[in-house]
Amino acid sequence: MIDRRKIQAATNSRFTRRGLVLFGSQLGLAGILGTRMYQLQVTENQQYAERAERSRIRPRLIAPVRGEIFSRDGTPLAENRQNYRVVMVREQTEDIQLSLKKLAELIKLDEARQEELYEIIRKSSPFAQVLIAENLTWDQFADINANAPALRGVSPEIGLTRHYPEADIAAHIVGYVGAPNEKDLKRAGPAKGLLKLPGMRIGKNGVEGIAEEGLRGTAGLSRVERDVHGRTIRELFRQEGTQGDGLDLTIDLELQKYAMERLGDESGAVIVMDINDGDVLALASTPGYDPNNFVLGLSQKQWVELRDNEKNPLTNKAVAGAYPPGSTFKMMTLLAALENGLNPTDGHFCNGSLWFGNRFFNCWKRQGHGYMDGVSAIKNSCDIYFYEIAQQVGIDKIAEVSRRFGLGIEPQIELSRVKSGVMPDRNWKESVLGEPWYKGETLNAGIGQGYTTTTPLQLAVMTARLANGGYDVSPRLIRGRNGERIKPEPLRSLGINPDNIALVRQAMSAVTNEQGGTAFRSRISAIGKEMSGKTGTAQVRYISAAERANGVRKNKDLPWKLRDHALFVAYAPTDKPRYAIAVVVEHGGGGSAVAAPIARDVLLHAQYQGKPPPDAVPSDAVPFWGHDPLGPV
Amino acid sequence: MSMSLSGAPVQLGLGRKLLRLNWALPILLAIVSLVGFAMLYSVAGGDFDPWARAQIIRFTVGFLGMFIVAMIDIRLWYKAAWPFYIFAFALLIAVEFVGTKGMGAVRWIDLGPIKLQPSELMKIALVVVLARYYHDQRPDRVKNIFLLFPPLLLIALPAALVIKQPDLGTAVLLCAGGVAIMFMAGASLWFFGLLVVGAGVLIYAIFGSCGQDWQILKDYQCRRLTTFLDPASDPQGAGYHITQSKIAFGSGGYSGMGYTQGPQSRLDFLPEKHTDFIFTTLGEEFGLIGALTLLCLYMVILFIGLMATLRIKHTFGRLVATGVCFTFFCYFAINMAMVMGLAPVVGVPLPLVSYGGTSMLVILFAFGLLLSAQVHGRVPFKKRTDA
Repeated sequence: MIDRRKIQAATNSRFTRRGLVLFGSQLGLAGILGTRMYQLQVTENQQYAERAERSRIRPRLIAPVRGEIFSRDGTPLAENRQNYRVVMVREQTEDIQLSLKKLAELIKLDEARQEELYEIIRKSSPFAQVLIAENLTWDQFADINANAPALRGVSPEIGLTRHYPEADIAAHIVGYVGAPNEKDLKRAGPAKGLLKLPGMRIGKNGVEGIAEEGLRGTAGLSRVERDVHGRTIRELFRQEGTQGDGLDLTIDLELQKYAMERLGDESGAVIVMDINDGDVLALASTPGYDPNNFVLGLSQKQWVELRDNEKNPLTNKAVAGAYPPGSTFKMMTLLAALENGLNPTDGHFCNGSLWFGNRFFNCWKRQGHGYMDGVSAIKNSCDIYFYEIAQQVGIDKIAEVSRRFGLGIEPQIELSRVKSGVMPDRNWKESVLGEPWYKGETLNAGIGQGYTTTTPLQLAVMTARLANGGYDVSPRLIRGRNGERIKPEPLRSLGINPDNIALVRQAMSAVTNEQGGTAFRSRISAIGKEMSGKTGTAQVRYISAAERANGVRKNKDLPWKLRDHALFVAYAPTDKPRYAIAVVVEHGGGGSAVAAPIARDVLLHAQYQGKPPPDAVPSDAVPFWGHDPLGPV
Repeated sequence: MSMSLSGAPVQLGLGRKLLRLNWALPILLAIVSLVGFAMLYSVAGGDFDPWARAQIIRFTVGFLGMFIVAMIDIRLWYKAAWPFYIFAFALLIAVEFVGTKGMGAVRWIDLGPIKLQPSELMKIALVVVLARYYHDQRPDRVKNIFLLFPPLLLIALPAALVIKQPDLGTAVLLCAGGVAIMFMAGASLWFFGLLVVGAGVLIYAIFGSCGQDWQILKDYQCRRLTTFLDPASDPQGAGYHITQSKIAFGSGGYSGMGYTQGPQSRLDFLPEKHTDFIFTTLGEEFGLIGALTLLCLYMVILFIGLMATLRIKHTFGRLVATGVCFTFFCYFAINMAMVMGLAPVVGVPLPLVSYGGTSMLVILFAFGLLLSAQVHGRVPFKKRTDA
């Protein structure tokens, strides 16, 4: 009994002892757990909090609204139009095909397209919006809205797309936008993220392309919370972007429209420029194209048609078409000679050809002009006179003066793919062709043939600089940003003797306003609105001596591609010049018959701010349109 | 009323029993369960469905059951110990044949409305049977080396079956609870020394066997072990649980993101957020303060349990109470260690908080036993040796 009690007491105390030991060790383990909590939640809290942030919060860029582009009078040339579109989210529908089928009852969605979309939707993330159709009409959009409950997973949305209300009228000026390609992304730098946004468009061409950065605006930022599946739960922060700059162009829309219309089906270019501030009032290049097609995406057929058209609608001929200037260059030859001491009253006799070196150099008038001085040589466009004076003054001096007038130099204008043409001289030939300059080449250069090429824009600039008395006016297309006017660059003198320029201008006036001038039939008779100009015909093919002997083939007998380019440069009014113009009609034939009437009509429209009265042109004027291959060069 | 030698009444009236009951324990258990309801409400995105409502119903049932068990004379459990154990063991074997698969393991017997998890039943049966085994031994013989083998066998057989299911977590709980009872019953300390060494060797063997011909564990268990040691080795797969859990828990800071505001849980980054990983959500939403509070609540329950245990006069009651307390400790300690990356993911729920009917009922049942032992702490047992 005592023994058992003793044992019982020992057992009891052992139990208590061990119980305390056990609880003590549990306390110890609990202490470890507590320490671990402290370690995770306090010591390492920063690290875990950051990782939690990173995994659930995604910054997302918001595409800014693109700046709009306006003409001189504020008419939109590029605007953002509401784009009614319909998207589908896979997660929100049980039967993709059924939803598509029901949608096809409301909008055009053929079976093949449905099949295609089904594949796209099936493979995309369950929460991603897949574009089903865009640019719907309001009626279609309203229909979809009304039927929303039946169209599971389908949601109508309003987005913005670029629209060019004037379509082909200003296509070459405004350009178009398109989806960024690999090269754009590589070039984009920090803006890369923005460019990668779905539906993002960037300027590809024209002002859209050149002024891309300003037009694009700055991206907004939204921080969204997403769950583990990537589904957006809510927006935590949103900062809207700022719209891109609104640009006011120098383009006079009415004049631009008229210039495009006047060129008609021809392949050519017309540029009208203000001679004092350089504002380009019209820059037409035909054929045009509808830039809206590029925004929506060209079909293969449309693309092939544009690419293979022999009239190159996609080329802006006003800045990227380089043509031999032909006789329009003769002002430069004369001015170079005058600057280098030529007496304009000293004359040369033209008998139709000139023997130089080892061959004849012909005048376009085979029977010859007779005695020609500076003014009459321009008026009649006599080649012999310019062979003579070009030879006297030399190519380097001609090139030097020409460059001051912008020839051979890339014009500064807010367009891309602007060509600089070629103004050859000894150095140029040596470095580019690796050959010495031949004297005979100077003769050809003197009448704007040979290596010399100029773009219509350069011819317009040259004419403007003559018309404003020798100042370095430069063309510009943007005259205002966000409603604020941009001041034109102050003009600097080109350093040409004003007397010499006055003489050239006198000669140019004779071309149009004096009986016998090459463009007399295209003169403007309205008092105070007369124009002065110069015709040009650029030979496209080589005329052999044999052909010359047998009679040169007429333009109308040649295939279109081999006909001469018709050129005309002019300014108006003659007395107090304001507008300069350059017209090039590719393979149009003679400058006086084809290009000059266009210049006249466009200048009339510019001066009258619209349709001129019928008596602004004389009764013997070249009619509205017509090829006259017999006309003088 | 007959009196035992120690002066305690042989039979107690219901009123006396309720008076004797240690009310602190049920109250604390209810508080912890309330925390559970709140967390289930939160992980459902502020909704009683689908978890909180069901959990409340189960708790109510279990809680009432606990009182009923507590009122039942502890000697009844003593008598039922062996049949109970054999019954549970038979079910464990049966589950091998008619069990339903869940989460890659055969664990349930589907009985229509109830899904019976025999391994949960075994947790209690093992405690009861070991308590009875030691109760039946003469106190001066408990250190006898031969007396070690029957209890070890009683532990090892069900544990082996459970591992085969495979359910590593429950096996660990069974072993830990059983060994704790042996310790408290007075088994030789030498044995425990050997046990520690043996466990070390076993763990080493288990780790070493992974990828070998004689691999002891299933492939996924091996993966969990590797992942536990280096969660970064597989951040999207098996390591994902641990990594996400640590991120969510760690981002809680001192005071947490606020109730129902835990972003990681709400956004589904956290797997198993309503079951095994609910402590992570608690840590995320209530921070260190919340996590420590829960840990303290658990430890207070253990302390009160220990105090009650020490007052029990008979070996059976003491050992049952010990087994219940220690198993409870293992539950929350392993779960917390697991979600905080201190232990491999073995699938042990957070007691009374994690969503799950069986574990809730079993835990409350177990505490019913503890309370019964406490209420009937002085009842006399007819000892076989005396008979």
